Amino acid sequence: MNFWERLYLPAIFQGMGITFKHMFKKKETVFYPEVEREFSENWRGMHSLKRDEQGRERCTACGLCALSCPAEAITMIAAERQKGEENLYREEKYAAVYEINMLRCIFCGLCEEACPKEAIYLDGPIVPSDYLRKDFIYGKDKLVEEPLKS
Amino acid sequence: MELAFVIEKFVLITVIFSLSLVVAMYSTLAERKIAAFLQDRIGPNRAGPGGMFQPLADGAKMFFKEEIIPADSSKFLFIAGPSLAILTACIGSAVIPWGQNILIAGRTVSLQVTDINVGILYIFGVVSLGVYGVMIGGWASNNKFSLMGAIRAASQNISYEIPMGLSIIALLLVTGTLSLKEITEQQHGWHWNILYQPLGFILFLVCSFAETNRTPFDLPECETELVGGYHTEYSSMKLGFFLFAEYINMFISSAVMATLYFGGYNYPGMDWVNNAMGPLWGPLIGMVVLFAKIFAFIFFFMWVRWTVPRFRYDQLMNLGWKVLIPLAIANIVITGVWITIYDKL
Repeated sequence: MNFWERLYLPAIFQGMGITFKHMFKKKETVFYPEVEREFSENWRGMHSLKRDEQGRERCTACGLCALSCPAEAITMIAAERQKGEENLYREEKYAAVYEINMLRCIFCGLCEEACPKEAIYLDGPIVPSDYLRKDFIYGKDKLVEEPLKS
Repeated sequence: MELAFVIEKFVLITVIFSLSLVVAMYSTLAERKIAAFLQDRIGPNRAGPGGMFQPLADGAKMFFKEEIIPADSSKFLFIAGPSLAILTACIGSAVIPWGQNILIAGRTVSLQVTDINVGILYIFGVVSLGVYGVMIGGWASNNKFSLMGAIRAASQNISYEIPMGLSIIALLLVTGTLSLKEITEQQHGWHWNILYQPLGFILFLVCSFAETNRTPFDLPECETELVGGYHTEYSSMKLGFFLFAEYINMFISSAVMATLYFGGYNYPGMDWVNNAMGPLWGPLIGMVVLFAKIFAFIFFFMWVRWTVPRFRYDQLMNLGWKVLIPLAIANIVITGVWITIYDKL
């Protein structure tokens, strides 16, 4: 380096010109809680347990999702459908308890692929943060879709 | 000493002290905002409108953090370090002339705490004391990273004080006085010293970056090599004091540079403004101009920080000893020869 270069000043002024230009560039920030970035089509977010066109839960508690889950995040307890519950559950068997541990879940989407009844999809939003581990075990109250509006 | 004089000085000191604290406080916000804008981001904007209360939130957070004093540290020195750092940062503002004399109720009030005739030497003394806070804090932590940071701070500050002093000598050849008030008065209107000492100003600027430990000379606290440097072991408000001292130092050195080289409170057309606005508002406008210059320098400090990467240690020493000192000496020689020839003509 010659003396002029060893002063570093020309290079520094050049760099400062570049950074100054960036002050007036469009900012990339997305104001997250208020504005959400658009997700791609194959984005996998929070799970939802689907209902069929008559508003009945599609899940039949076969356990294939739990079996396919590489993180072992899904547990369920099956129950038999009683008389008079035909408008609630589509098949004779249904999941009385269906829990996903969101801390274990890796959002791989294998449960979605395993499900023969098209009952589970990872089409929800980002799983929100929480304070306690127990609050990350999501039950049916959080997972099942809203009932159909008649 | 009359009572009015004591009250006047007391009020002035209080105002300047709180002003430099407020400026330093909002420099932390400005730093984050400017960093964000230079990187195509927005910066903190949640606390208050546009993030205005972010410094208060940061300060409150600092106070509520757990205060840890390492078991093997030397406790007295551990506490003395940050105290010394912030003390030396704060007392530098005493000799800076903040404006022309103003006339309040028939009394001429000087907007300078004290006009000592060795003003520049005082500033130098205070600045070189500043490194003791860092050194003591780093040594008392009983941590090798802190010690490394303290050693670097000491050698860096000593190395860069030499070209800083030499660049000031060239300025003194031009001005012929050490009093900051007189230096400022000589720069009336547009006769700013930057026009006579451009090289001296650049040297002084580079050295003041090194003296305030700002990037690209932030080797005492470089995170990538030394964890946190001299403040690795510090927590809570003691850490806050170290960080805050840096911002106050930045404010003071901006004020010194504005005063020495950019005319302080002088601006072109000031006589006309002073006649039009009267003896109270005219000087206050000059004060506003001085603060505009100071803020421009603070912006420059931050702009450089977010542009230039940190120097390697040998590069730092090479720049200090092999480039800046020869340049400063050359500057003195050229200035001396020029003044001699100019006087003969």
